[in-house]
Amino acid sequence: MSWTRKILRVNLTAGEITTEPLNMEWAQKYLGQRGLATKYLSEEMDPNVDPLSPENKMIFATGPLTGTCASTGGRYSVITKGPLTGAIACSNSGGYFGPELKFSGYDMVILEGKSPKPVYLSIFNDNVQLRDASHLWGKSVWDTDDEIKAEVQDPLAHVAAIGASGEKGVLYACIVNNKHRAAGRSGVGAVMGSKNLKAIVARGSNGVDVENPDAFFAATDAGKKVLAENAVTGEGLPAFGTQVLMNVINETGALPTRNGRDVQFDGAHDISAEAMAEPRRADGKANLTTNVGCFGCTIACGRISTIDPTHFSLQGEGRDRYKHNSGGLEYEAAWALGASTGVNDLDALTYANFLCNEHGLDPITLGATIGAAMDLYEEGIINSDTTGGLELKFGNAEALTKACELVGTAEGFGVELGMGSARLCAKYGRPELSMTVKGQEFPAYDPRGIQGMGLTYATSNRGACHLRSYTVSSEILGIPEKTDPLVTEGKAGLVKAFQDATAAVDSAGICVFTTFAWTMEDIAPQVNAACEGDWSVDNLMEVGERIWNLERQFNMAAGIKGDQDTLPDRLLKEAAKTGPAQGLVAGLDKMLPEYYELRGWSTDGTPTDETRARLGL
Amino acid sequence: MQLALVIDPGKCTSCKQCELACAYEKEQTFNPSKSRIRIFDFHEEGRFVPYTCTQCDEAWCQQACPVNAITTDHASGVKLVHDNLCVGCKVCTIACPFGTINYNADTGKVIKCDLCSGDPACAKACPTDAITYTDVEQQGFDKMRAWAAKTDSAAQTS
Repeated sequence: MSWTRKILRVNLTAGEITTEPLNMEWAQKYLGQRGLATKYLSEEMDPNVDPLSPENKMIFATGPLTGTCASTGGRYSVITKGPLTGAIACSNSGGYFGPELKFSGYDMVILEGKSPKPVYLSIFNDNVQLRDASHLWGKSVWDTDDEIKAEVQDPLAHVAAIGASGEKGVLYACIVNNKHRAAGRSGVGAVMGSKNLKAIVARGSNGVDVENPDAFFAATDAGKKVLAENAVTGEGLPAFGTQVLMNVINETGALPTRNGRDVQFDGAHDISAEAMAEPRRADGKANLTTNVGCFGCTIACGRISTIDPTHFSLQGEGRDRYKHNSGGLEYEAAWALGASTGVNDLDALTYANFLCNEHGLDPITLGATIGAAMDLYEEGIINSDTTGGLELKFGNAEALTKACELVGTAEGFGVELGMGSARLCAKYGRPELSMTVKGQEFPAYDPRGIQGMGLTYATSNRGACHLRSYTVSSEILGIPEKTDPLVTEGKAGLVKAFQDATAAVDSAGICVFTTFAWTMEDIAPQVNAACEGDWSVDNLMEVGERIWNLERQFNMAAGIKGDQDTLPDRLLKEAAKTGPAQGLVAGLDKMLPEYYELRGWSTDGTPTDETRARLGL
Repeated sequence: MQLALVIDPGKCTSCKQCELACAYEKEQTFNPSKSRIRIFDFHEEGRFVPYTCTQCDEAWCQQACPVNAITTDHASGVKLVHDNLCVGCKVCTIACPFGTINYNADTGKVIKCDLCSGDPACAKACPTDAITYTDVEQQGFDKMRAWAAKTDSAAQTS
C-alpha cells in the first residue's frame, strides 16, 4: 500500500516501454523517491558514465506519501548523474505533476538511452506512448506545456518539460512542471535534453491507498494542525514565502553579496518579501498577487507575481507573455539574481525569474554565475568584447536580464554563462572566483555568518546546496533549538542529523519545508500508517543515514572523494567585512574531521567497512 | 435551516485537499480524478477556483433525467443520484449548465456532490476556509459586511 508497486521503464533508444514490479525489499530499506531511485541508479548504472551520454539513466520518482492527503504529499524527484557536478543529482519538485505519475499507477519512471529523434512521453494510466516532439524542439517550457495539453486534448493533464537551454546542454538547465515548479538543480534538464526527451505529460485516474486509513487520517490531521499553528509554516511562509528570510539573513550578516565579496547587501530590502507586498506607483498593485500551494500543501509558500507594467523589461515587441501573473520570486532566486549580482531592482529580478521558468534554468546557479561573470568583468579579466556588449557590472539590472535571456536560449555569451561559474572562471584563469563546491554554486547563506552551512555545502552529495541540511533552521530560526550561527562547535552533529532526517523526508513524498514545524516524531506516524513495515523515528533516521552513505558511495565511485569536501577560498580566507560575523571566515577545518568521525568515515572521508556493514550497504 | 457550500476563490491556494477528501469520502481511495469538487487554476490571473454543484432548486439535471434517478432531499435541498436507477445515459451531464454532474466510466453511473449527508468532507479539509458550509440564507452576509466596511459615511463635514 501507498506504493503502487509498479515501475515504468522506457528505453528511449529502442522506443520500448515496459513495466515491472517495484523491488519491495529495497523499498523497505530506502523508502521511495530520493532514496529508492538512488538505489536503482546505483545498482543499474556505472557511476563513471558521461552524464550527457545515452549510458546515463534518469529516474522520475515519487514517494509513498505522494498523492495522499498528507500535507505537502505531492513531491517527486529526478535522480540521475548531474552534468554540472559529475555527482549524483537529485532534484525535487512540487506542483501537481508528481501525483499524476502515481495516479497513473507508477512509483517511478526509469528512462534509459537516447531517442533517435525528439520525443515526449505521454502517460495516461496504462496508455503510455512516446510521441514525436520535432515540432516542440527549440520551444520554451511554457509553449511546450500549452501545446502538449492541446495535443493530448486534456487540459487537466500535467506537463514537466525542458526549454531550449536543456536541449542545448546548458549545464544547469532544469525541468519545469506546471510552468513554475522545478526540479531545479545540478542540470537534470540537460540530461533530459541529451536524451532527446522534451517533456513528460501525465494524468491518471487510479487511486492511491494507504495501509491503515484510520491511523493515517489521525496522523495527517495532527500533522496539519502542527503546521497551521506554527509561526513559520502557519503565518510566515504563506504570507511572505521563503522571501521572509531576505531581511533576516541580511541582518544576520550572512547574505552573500556581489559574488561573495560582502555578506550584507544595501539593496536587500528593495528585493525582500516586504517590498513584494508594497503597492507600486504605476498600477497600485503589489508585485505579489497571491500565494499558492503545491499538491496537498497546507502551507502554500508559493508566490504568484506580476511585473510593474512600466518596467523596462516589459517594453517593446513580444513582451505580452510576461505581462500577466506567473511564478514569483522565492528567496534563493531573489538572492541569486539580486544580492549575488548586486541588483536591487525587484521587477528585473521578477522578470529574470519568469525567464528561468520559461526557459528551464536553475536560478541559483544562473544568478551566481552571472555574479561570478560580473566579478571577472569588474576585475578586468573579461570585457564587453568578451561578453558581446553586455556591461556586466555589479548592480546592472539591464545586463542581468539580457544575460538571462541569452542563457535561456543558449545564444551569444549565454553559451559561456551556460557552463556555470566553475568552468567559466577556470576558462578565464580565475577559478577562485567561482563560488562552488563540487562544481555547483552555493545558495543564499554565507557560511562566514552561518557556520553550519559551511559544512553543509562542503559535504552535500549533490554539490553545494542548502536543502541537504538546512541548519539555518537551528542557527537562525531556533528550530528545533537555537544554536549560535557564529560558532563551529556542535555543528558536525547538527549537520549529520539534518542530513539524515532530510534524506528520509525527501524519500517520503513530502516537502522538506514541513520540517520548520514537524520533527521526525510528527512524520514517522504518517509514514508508518501509510506503508507496511516498521517506520519508527529510529528506522527513518537509519534509512536517511543509509541513503546519505549510498549517495556518498556513488560519488566516490565516480571519482569525487573527500578532497572535494571543501569551500571556495573566498569563504575560507577572506573574512566577513561587516555585520555580526565581521572578521570571521568559514571554520570548515574545525568541523570536518569531527563530521567524518560521527559519520563513521575514515579521516579521508571514506565510509569504513564497519559503517557500510552497519547500514547494510 | 438549510446549509450550503460557500466558496471564496480569494482564499483558495489550489492545494487540492478538498479533492482528496471528496475522493476518499466517496471512493475510499485518494483519487482526485473522481472528486465531485474541482479546483481550476487560472495561472495567468493568479486565481484558483474550487467549483462544484450548487444544488439548484429547479435542477436541470433532475428535469432532464429520463428515468427519474435524481431526486431532491427536501430537508437539505440536495439533489441525489440513485445508482440503482441511473442508466448512464449522460443526458444530465449535458443539461447541467455548470458541468458539475459527471460520468464515471468505472461504474457507468453519474456522480455529483451530495454534501456528504450534511457534513461535507471538502469543507472540513480546506485549510484556508475557502470552502465553508453555512446557512443558505446568510451566504451573502460576509460580502455585505466587507462592502459595508468600505462605506465611508463617517466624519463628513459637508
